[in-house]
Amino acid sequence: MKPAPFEYQAPATLREAVDLLASDPEAMVIAGGQSLMPLLALRLATPSLLVDLRRVPGLDAIAIDDSGIRLGARVRWRDIEDDRRLETAHPLLRETIAQVAHYQIRNRGTVGGSLAHADPAAELPGIAVTCDAELTLVGVAGTRMVRAGDFFTGPLTTVRQHDEIITELHLPFWPSGRRWAFREFAQRRGDFSLAGIALFYGEDQEGRVANANVGVIGACDRPQRLMEVEALLNGRFIDEGLIREAAETSARTVDPPEDLHAPAAYRRALVATLIERGLRSAAQHRSA
Amino acid sequence: MQVNFKLNGTPVVVDVEPRMHLADCLRDELRQTGTHLGCEHGACGACTVIVDGAAVRACLMLAVQAEGSSIVTVEGLSTEEALTPLQTAFRKHHALQCGFCTPGMLTTAHALLTDEPDADGDRIRAVLSGNLCRCTGYIPIIDAVLDARAAYRKSDKR
Repeated sequence: MKPAPFEYQAPATLREAVDLLASDPEAMVIAGGQSLMPLLALRLATPSLLVDLRRVPGLDAIAIDDSGIRLGARVRWRDIEDDRRLETAHPLLRETIAQVAHYQIRNRGTVGGSLAHADPAAELPGIAVTCDAELTLVGVAGTRMVRAGDFFTGPLTTVRQHDEIITELHLPFWPSGRRWAFREFAQRRGDFSLAGIALFYGEDQEGRVANANVGVIGACDRPQRLMEVEALLNGRFIDEGLIREAAETSARTVDPPEDLHAPAAYRRALVATLIERGLRSAAQHRSA
Repeated sequence: MQVNFKLNGTPVVVDVEPRMHLADCLRDELRQTGTHLGCEHGACGACTVIVDGAAVRACLMLAVQAEGSSIVTVEGLSTEEALTPLQTAFRKHHALQCGFCTPGMLTTAHALLTDEPDADGDRIRAVLSGNLCRCTGYIPIIDAVLDARAAYRKSDKR
């Protein structure tokens, strides 16, 4: 379990970090290392150079304003858990992040690292896609923004170019009064979940669902929104019939992987159950 | 590469390969073998140490990333004279048998109770879910940590 040898640099500026990446096609970025270190230990990744972002300034802030929330790439899960402002500014984010991996991993794991690693079952990519968040990437050619829904292209693959570094995730403003839920199921607490769901919606004057967003993790080759379920919910009153209909639709529309942990049919059924529980819980609770 | 950090209050300088993780550095270079290595890929929690006040897995951090930080290992939690309240509670509740996971349990519990001396049973279970024990069945460990809370409420020592 020893990584193969590599060089290591901890540049003091983002520009230097990007240039180092551009100079070496086998280079990789490290921040908290909570996804990369196991890959190095198992020699699934054998970079020639690690570019550590720990000295790069300006990547560790959580900024909240009228446009939403900006999470710097080096913001740790722990920083999100500790930020009391997020209780109202983004309760879905805060509750979801509290379920990422384990205590020790949340003390080092970062926003940028999770997005770049792009595990299909990871929580933050799921929240980013469900909330229609936007990533900022900085590379040799300059800065560009990518919608989370376009960023993930498959298991551990994204549209990030080799020389690009994720600097920020922007989650759109979270209005008060929204109904929401996050549910995931793992065989052991802290493991990657077999499947998970995130959802939120507003309500019109009469209490009908408006602007439903529903996303899944672990149930497809990347985090995805379930547009059919969203369309089904919009304009309707939540009742047991609709909840069951939404659950059935979700099971039909996901394309789950089959592996030694669970057959595809199991994951399908799991998504349906989690959607059902999520919708039931959201109908009972509401954000401040 | 040369790395400087504080280990249990004492400044140290070590020369390591970039690929060496912090746990190997502590054990092999600095001869602090209290930190145990079980899985070496972030699954078991045995190698947990406290870096700048936060419990982290020492196998999931490169030694070179420790530059300038302050690290507390299980050696740094004890005194020469007597058992600490956390150690006393582990002994009283038979919270260890083979002892392999114990350093990670102690460092994790110490970091938790230092930050959250009022952590309840659910919180303690959730936090210790990142540490595997194959002997005790966990119940005595949770009892020990619950019992040790009183000592962390009274004083704010680290």
